[in-house]
Amino acid sequence: MSGGLYSMTSKEFDKTLDLTKVTPYGDTMNDGKVQLSFTLPVPEGGEATEAAKQLLRKMGFDNPQVVFFKELTPGYTFFNCYGNCTHSVDYTSIYVPKVESEIMSMEETDSFIKENIGRPLVVVGASTGTDAHTVGIDAIINMKGYAGHYGLERYEMIEAYNLGSQVLNEDFISKAIELKADALLVSQTVTQKDVHIKNLIELVELLEAEGLRDKVILVAGGPRISHELAKEIGYDAGFGMNSYADDVASYIAQEFARRQKKQ
Amino acid sequence: MQSKLGLDFNRVEYARSLAASIAAKVQKFADDYTTVTVERTLCRLMGIDGVNQNEVPLPNVVVDELKEKGVLSHGAIFYIANAVANTGFTPQNIAEKISDGSIDITRLPILSENKITAALEPIVKDSITRIVERRQRREEYINTLGEGTKPYLYVIVATGNIYEDAIQAEAAARQGADIIAVIRTTGQSLLDYVPYGATTEGFGGTFATQENFRIMRSALDKVGEEVGRYIRLCNYCSGLCMPEIAVMGAFEGLDVMLNDALYGILFRDINMQRTMVDQYFSRVINGFAGVIINTGEDNYLTTADAFEEAHTVLASDFINEQLALLAGLPEEQMGLGHAFEMNPNTENGFLYELSQAQMLREIFPKAPLKYMPPTKFMTGNIFRGHIQDALFNIAGIWTQQGIQLLGMPTEAIHTPFMSDRYLSIENARYIFNNLKNIGDEVEFKEDGLIRNRAKTVLENSIKTLQRIDEEGLFNALELGLFADVKRPKNGGKGLAGVSAKGENYLNPFITLMKGGK
Repeated sequence: MSGGLYSMTSKEFDKTLDLTKVTPYGDTMNDGKVQLSFTLPVPEGGEATEAAKQLLRKMGFDNPQVVFFKELTPGYTFFNCYGNCTHSVDYTSIYVPKVESEIMSMEETDSFIKENIGRPLVVVGASTGTDAHTVGIDAIINMKGYAGHYGLERYEMIEAYNLGSQVLNEDFISKAIELKADALLVSQTVTQKDVHIKNLIELVELLEAEGLRDKVILVAGGPRISHELAKEIGYDAGFGMNSYADDVASYIAQEFARRQKKQ
Repeated sequence: MQSKLGLDFNRVEYARSLAASIAAKVQKFADDYTTVTVERTLCRLMGIDGVNQNEVPLPNVVVDELKEKGVLSHGAIFYIANAVANTGFTPQNIAEKISDGSIDITRLPILSENKITAALEPIVKDSITRIVERRQRREEYINTLGEGTKPYLYVIVATGNIYEDAIQAEAAARQGADIIAVIRTTGQSLLDYVPYGATTEGFGGTFATQENFRIMRSALDKVGEEVGRYIRLCNYCSGLCMPEIAVMGAFEGLDVMLNDALYGILFRDINMQRTMVDQYFSRVINGFAGVIINTGEDNYLTTADAFEEAHTVLASDFINEQLALLAGLPEEQMGLGHAFEMNPNTENGFLYELSQAQMLREIFPKAPLKYMPPTKFMTGNIFRGHIQDALFNIAGIWTQQGIQLLGMPTEAIHTPFMSDRYLSIENARYIFNNLKNIGDEVEFKEDGLIRNRAKTVLENSIKTLQRIDEEGLFNALELGLFADVKRPKNGGKGLAGVSAKGENYLNPFITLMKGGK
């Protein structure tokens, strides 16, 4: 296998970056190198390796290489592979909807709210439905925050309520009414069989039925949530991985101010 | 054992005495009350099982009937045994008749104590024998097949489909796993009944049912014989059905149960009175069945900071230990919990983790400590995650933990693939083998960072225990002394299912299970 380390295979391809034809980068522009691993439900052996290579070709990889395999249990073989991707994408024509707000620090958000809104914003958050994970909502709301980003509870101009996990949508709404929430944060961690989508949509429907949908800023968050997905299912914004309290707070403050101006 | 940390064991014993005082006060409450799930457990112990045509479990049918008639306080055993003495039917027949409305056990003549006891005796003996035989079966397997060395390698399966789980579990056992935990479907902890039969649909896990226990036990026995190692099965005695799950596990040969005294209160908002009564009986059963309990201190650290709140973990371990002792559960079955959850950017973070793991090892020398892997700071960078898990494994072998709950590189992405489990087991076996005796070889410097850390955590936990002892556990929970979570004594789920014990109340199982082995 060491032959692959100092590959002498031809590098006869255009090595200049062309953003209309972007392909993966290993160590040379446009080499298309990809590493991937997967398990096939077949016993290990020559046929298994060949099956893995054929699959790689069908996935669009040239020069498919199986660098490691191991039968995990009889009839299931695990592979580590490399290949050269033959596809490319036009980076220049991509449009991804993003949350349109300027990210501010905690202090900046606090003073933004003081100047533009003049009262603390009430934010109510929960992990709803059957989801028992509080890690996401805790990271955004709890005082301590996450990875050095303080949570909403520490903001002077945000009154934050963390209702915890497994909160029914109905209970979430009645609590939101009771607290006169300006913004609702819904966290969803478990995404198996798209259980989170059904639950998120149900909340929107319930809010609409109560005539509350337009009265609150509705935000979804979780490792598998994107802004695009959130917009699609009727939310105002979605925050995925690597989002922190600062992102959420900046957005809520600016969105609230924007809506205020409109009125 | 010579302390590698220079721990002051007088201080350790003082902490333990505080926890004993806290536990004793709670126990007084637990002794005087019963709950719907405790009564359903007693129905199961009398041989009542199955569901009616509306899929309602028969133990629920019986207990709901008693509750509706306002006589729950006298307990299920009294009424069922009295009905058996009156009619000669089996408890199962009686439950079926309650379900179709052909009998009202609260209106039968109350027979003499002698007659009731006589009717009860063979029924009690049967289920005690059933549990004892299950326990002996495990011991027999361990004597003949053998078992893995500690730390046991613990992995989870969570496909939602019990048959798929069995395939995953067999693969893990062949790769070297010692304990298979079947993660429960999200939301089961809040069901006030236990679903029935084999299940193939679940979210983020698989329903805990007696049939599912049986399917998995049989798969593990088979693969255990193949690999020449007894494979332990783990499930969850938590939520609103703690003792029922315990008895189902005792009948079906489960070996390990998550069974924390406070977890449901703090993290599932289950009423604290309900939980205190439920945890007690569930632990009596687990103790008798030879089941290792795992406590959930790691959960504190997913919300609170692992460096700042380490003493809360230790304080909770002390309380869990004392409550378990009161339930007759021996130290050898106490998988007290903690976790490797410090922020990976902490300078010398590994040294602090090592110190805390060694501290728990020395404070609870007989307990098969349950060590949880990093989860909070797993980011989706599977390559770095694999290294974080490696450091965790080093701390585990170094400090001789009992149960190493293996971290997965794909934590925070999905429930483990078969290959994720393989990579994790390979990681642990490589490290455990290469560093096998490092703990015997290395001592920690006097007045060094590691020794001082342990001392600080112990002293802080004593302060916490003093405060809880002064307040009482119920008040402490109301004040939010654990994990910053505040729970009202009369709030949360399941309070309606709590009842003071009445004059006719009977539960011979507690004495039998705490007395006999």
